[in-house]
Amino acid sequence: MKLLTLNFLTCARKACKTSAASFPLHPREAELEQVELDMNPQFIRNVLPRVEWEAMRSISQELGLPSLPDTAPGPEELADAEGGPTQILKDLHTLLMETTIASGKLLCANCGHEYAIKEGIANFLLPSHLV
Amino acid sequence: MAMLPTPLTSHVSYDQVYEPAEDSYLLLDTLSSGTETAFLRAHFSGHPSVPLVLEVGTGSGVVLAFITAHAEHVLGRSDVVTLGTDLNIFACGAASVTVVDAVEATQSMPSSEAREDTIPKPGSGVFLDTLKMDLASSCRPNIVDILIFNPPYVPTEHLPTAHTEESSTQTTFDRDSHLLSFSYAGGTDGMEVTNRLLSQLPSILSPDRGVAYVLLCAQNRPEEVKSRIREWEGGWCAETVGGSGKKAGWEKLSIIRIWKGV
Ligand SMILES: C[S@@+](CC[C@H](N)C(=O)[O-])C[C@H]1O[C@@H](n2cnc3c(N)ncnc32)[C@H](O)[C@@H]1O
Ligand SMILES: [Zn+2]
Repeated sequence: MKLLTLNFLTCARKACKTSAASFPLHPREAELEQVELDMNPQFIRNVLPRVEWEAMRSISQELGLPSLPDTAPGPEELADAEGGPTQILKDLHTLLMETTIASGKLLCANCGHEYAIKEGIANFLLPSHLV
Repeated sequence: MAMLPTPLTSHVSYDQVYEPAEDSYLLLDTLSSGTETAFLRAHFSGHPSVPLVLEVGTGSGVVLAFITAHAEHVLGRSDVVTLGTDLNIFACGAASVTVVDAVEATQSMPSSEAREDTIPKPGSGVFLDTLKMDLASSCRPNIVDILIFNPPYVPTEHLPTAHTEESSTQTTFDRDSHLLSFSYAGGTDGMEVTNRLLSQLPSILSPDRGVAYVLLCAQNRPEEVKSRIREWEGGWCAETVGGSGKKAGWEKLSIIRIWKGV
């Protein structure tokens, strides 16, 4: 599962939806895998406004990855004078698109429930007593 | 109308995963029809924020692969993210392969529009992941811009129950038929799963530009479904935008588009 996917997910339990603590889900015992993907600079630039920067910052910190700047880079930091991709943009591509969680767990800090990730696929089905 | 290639699903094991059928192809035809591409392009172009497409119940992934691979044609832009969910873990695995393959095939297609200066070639959106999930239950509220659902729509006496883990005591045959039953068993009027999704739509779709495409069969009583949606609070619209298998004036299958009017 790509790290960018975590930007769109929260706990499946209804009671957690309204709590700020249910986002982001926290990776635990994560086995990371780098998967090479073509870089699409325009996509990275355009998706950034949808990225919850604080959340991605804490996820990458929890995973022991290089720390992200305090605030999201602006468009001027993503393209060089010739319009080419800057190092910051390349790093964001590596982090958001190429860094995947092959196995591990995702913890909801609100209810403590852990969702398993196996063979790259996260399982958000709740046991019947939690639905 | 341009004929867009149908994603290949020959790698998928149809003992475990729903095989693309008339309903799947009706979704492809409808999403790439002149009226829907015009609607979607008008709806999603010129908006700075990247649209998020979610297919609920991907099965083989043929639909998600199609809209991802042909994002530029269908939505008028390729800076689009796509996600899929399914209760069936084998569907999740298969769909992900189908989408990645279809995007690769599109990107390597010789195209007169392909320009050297854009990497990758224009055309395809950006696929993120498939997730084992009930409907859209773990998506953050109100973030989905385009939701697609070809649900289990056959009226049945019972609904199969989803398990967090596949049972290890079942035979492979029992496990597979249980998993396949998710693809068709719709309970009362074939509407139990669809109704659950419909009731959640206002909290799944993005408030300003969310659109859903849901497939229905005649026994689901599409006209009644649409009237109910039009009574939702907040000014919702529902229109039939695709159909197939006309019988005595009735469409056997139809696709309704659901969105908030302005
Ligand atoms: C009719 S098949 C459609 C498959 C594929 N989208 C297509 O068009 O060929 C319905 C799919 O929805 C999945 N499904 C059924 N109920 C679901 C639920 N509550 N949440 C997620 N997926 C579900 C089934 O496992 C099956 O893959
Ligand atoms: Zn929770």
